[in-house]
Amino acid sequence: MMQGVGAIYLREMRLSKRRFKRAMAGMAVAPILYMIAFGTAMGEGARFDGHTYLEFLLPGLIAMTTMTQAYGIAIEINIARFYFHIFEEFQSAPISGAAFALGEILSGITRALGGVVIILAIGWAFGVTIHTGPWFWLAVLLNAFVFASIAVALAMLISSHGDQSLVNAFVITPMAFLGGTFFPLDGLPQWAQVLLHGLPLTHAAQAIRADAFGQPPQWIHFAVLAGLGVVGFILALKSVDRARD
Amino acid sequence: MIVIEDLRKAYGRTQALDGVSLEVGAGELFAYLGPNGAGKSTTIRILTGLTRLSSGRAWLGGADISADPIAAKRQCGVVMQHINLDGDLSVAENMDIHGRLFGMSAADRAERTAQLLDYVELSDRAKSLVNTLSGGMKRRVMIARALMHRPRILFLDEPTVGLDAEIRRRIWGLIKQIQSEGTTVFLTTHYIEEAEFLADRVAFLDQGRIRALDTPRALIAQVGKWAFDRLGPGGMVTEYFADRDAAQAAIAAVEDALTLRRVNLEDAFLTLTGKAVRP
Repeated sequence: MMQGVGAIYLREMRLSKRRFKRAMAGMAVAPILYMIAFGTAMGEGARFDGHTYLEFLLPGLIAMTTMTQAYGIAIEINIARFYFHIFEEFQSAPISGAAFALGEILSGITRALGGVVIILAIGWAFGVTIHTGPWFWLAVLLNAFVFASIAVALAMLISSHGDQSLVNAFVITPMAFLGGTFFPLDGLPQWAQVLLHGLPLTHAAQAIRADAFGQPPQWIHFAVLAGLGVVGFILALKSVDRARD
Repeated sequence: MIVIEDLRKAYGRTQALDGVSLEVGAGELFAYLGPNGAGKSTTIRILTGLTRLSSGRAWLGGADISADPIAAKRQCGVVMQHINLDGDLSVAENMDIHGRLFGMSAADRAERTAQLLDYVELSDRAKSLVNTLSGGMKRRVMIARALMHRPRILFLDEPTVGLDAEIRRRIWGLIKQIQSEGTTVFLTTHYIEEAEFLADRVAFLDQGRIRALDTPRALIAQVGKWAFDRLGPGGMVTEYFADRDAAQAAIAAVEDALTLRRVNLEDAFLTLTGKAVRP
């Protein structure tokens, strides 16, 4: 089992290392633009729970980046599967589907952690520092686990690269904007709040933001993320086995 | 070494494999010959765990591919028809990842990589990114990678498709060498001369069924020894003869200048399946 996990993980890390500069630039551009555009637009006057907008935004960007980087492995898996046919090399190797899924999920989590470090560095460059205690990192890890698991499951279930773009357009991008990243959900109508609390990113953003603001953790967020992570992981395991034609 | 019993695979209403049964002995070089869409790749994909079988059973080195797929996969190396290397990784890195997937130790991986790259004459390209290699080099890397974990069975799915004549012959030499070292080789091809030159036994596959299975010499003998081709009213007609004298007598009776030739495996395929091998 572990030999397979290690091989899959190491392959992804070697590829990431080779594409490090491109990947880092890709991770940094959007958050910098958000910081400049929204930070400037909102100015110093706007306060959220006693914090400036940039202080409010930074934890949201961390949640969003964790999601996009962890979920980003779906694209890598798709390229490997549909264009380079590398997935066949794993399918014909004596490793279980669980080993493949776990290796890919760990690589997604690693990418997400790299993204968090970059966002924290960007925040620091903008003069914004936040508290990053154990609950902050636990929320980041759970969020990454959820989206990396979903990424593996979807990458196995879809049948073309075009389908992947549809998932991005209709699920990931709306979630990035509506999951409590850029604005507090308190001001929304009750029905919208209920709806948006069905999104994992909403719970991740609130859990990360609470620790960033030095507030005590709310268990419900961690429980929801852990539950969704387990469901996503089971889906990933089942979908890897279904990927054989 | 390879046992297949009544293997069937359907894609919707299309029957890709329709009751294939065969056995391949240890150290044998077995060729699966047929046109595109005959079911050659489907057989290899099922045996190597890439495709689910609809019914039937198969064993690789005694391991049931359905009941114990991990044990079955340990027995074999596979070279697919298309290039499936990581283009952004080096040749050595591709080999290393394969070795890790098969649980090889670090020292064994390093030693085997050096040995195999020497074997396929690519030692000087170990650190090159795969994307920088030619098609023939990539094919040789795939063969080296498939041999990395010392498989008892090597599956080669159209190993020379799209390669020029010189590279093709070089790979034929490599395949013969692999067999001579004791590896069982299961080869699919639609190149007649490849099957005729390489294989100990050949199966003619057409529309998911084996139409004939024997040594190339025995298959050819079923048709005759000598032949000549002439243009008839309905197109090219080939006449087959058991001995040279009868063939020469027949040629003498025809007014056109015709050349007598030996019967080959393509004649056997054409006669026994009623179809041409090439698509």
